[in-house]
Amino acid sequence: MNNNEMTFGASQHHGHALQPGSRAPEFTLKTTPDQAVSLSEFRGQPVILAFYPADWSPVCGDQMGLYNEILPEFRRPQAELLGISVDGAWCHAAFATDRKLHFPLLADFEPKGAVARAYGVYRASDGFSERALFVIDADGVIRWSHVSPVGVNPGAEGILAALESLQHEESKS
Amino acid sequence: MSRGHHGPTLVLPVGDRDHAQGQASAPVTLVEYGDYECPYCGQAYPIVKAVQKTLGPRLRFVFRNFPLSEMHPNASNAAEAAEAAGEQGKFWEMHDRLFEHQDALRTRDLVAHAAGLGLDADRIAAELKSHTHAPRVREDFMSGVRSGVNGTPTFFINGERHDGPWDHQDLVAAVEAAIEATVE
Repeated sequence: MNNNEMTFGASQHHGHALQPGSRAPEFTLKTTPDQAVSLSEFRGQPVILAFYPADWSPVCGDQMGLYNEILPEFRRPQAELLGISVDGAWCHAAFATDRKLHFPLLADFEPKGAVARAYGVYRASDGFSERALFVIDADGVIRWSHVSPVGVNPGAEGILAALESLQHEESKS
Repeated sequence: MSRGHHGPTLVLPVGDRDHAQGQASAPVTLVEYGDYECPYCGQAYPIVKAVQKTLGPRLRFVFRNFPLSEMHPNASNAAEAAEAAGEQGKFWEMHDRLFEHQDALRTRDLVAHAAGLGLDADRIAAELKSHTHAPRVREDFMSGVRSGVNGTPTFFINGERHDGPWDHQDLVAAVEAAIEATVE
């Protein structure tokens, strides 16, 4: 399914997503009903934080499904991908199993949307987050961010380009 | 859509590596990134055929692989089978057959399709087993990712992503608009 057609009529984001140069707010969230993960655990490698509105979007090749296919490209520069939505850990577990996802989904569930708020990408009127992407460098600094209209799958090109520019800078220094 | 298109564009231009129907001199090239196991691509298949019929020599059509293989377990294998058939000169015959038999895409089905098309089925079975054509399929896939493909099918018209609906009427209108743009 091509999501692009949903661009029509989708409202633009006017919030205040954290911008490049900001320190990425620390968090600890559940990835499964009995396991949690903290952002600081990934210090020393890039992290891709992919906020999305909800599990179970009813399309083929949805955003998480696409990223699942591109994991080898994300992991080549040692980047870790973390999906994050307000769904609970049990819901994430069922979704990840159904879609055969090979990366963690984080439950921004209690208090609901707290991490999305910290990153400036919570839609309070809807009760879920924006479709927002953050690429965080090995030192925990946001180096690229992007917010899509909620109905639009942003694809992976922006993430790959951001990871490449991180690598270029590293090779220069 | 407005004339000032600033959406994603094809990063890998159409060239000799591609499977194309129609002439390179056609005013418009329609590129589809598709997955043989995707039901929406299955829906698009007869629509593209009808669009080609409507536009005749004014259109060149190119198909590139975008298998979502975690979601569609047979998609990569099917894409490799089409490429393998292409090596034997029957890419489009296999492409059509796969879309007409989306429920028969297991390896043994693919080999049977090859035999049905009069191809060297043993060779195709061997090439599937050793994933001879996997790098080519991945190259297609990544060219799509870098061009802004985010699901299937995704179409590009003269290199620009087509962000509207893709039924017959819409595709024909979009292609005709592109033809007009080349005339101006």
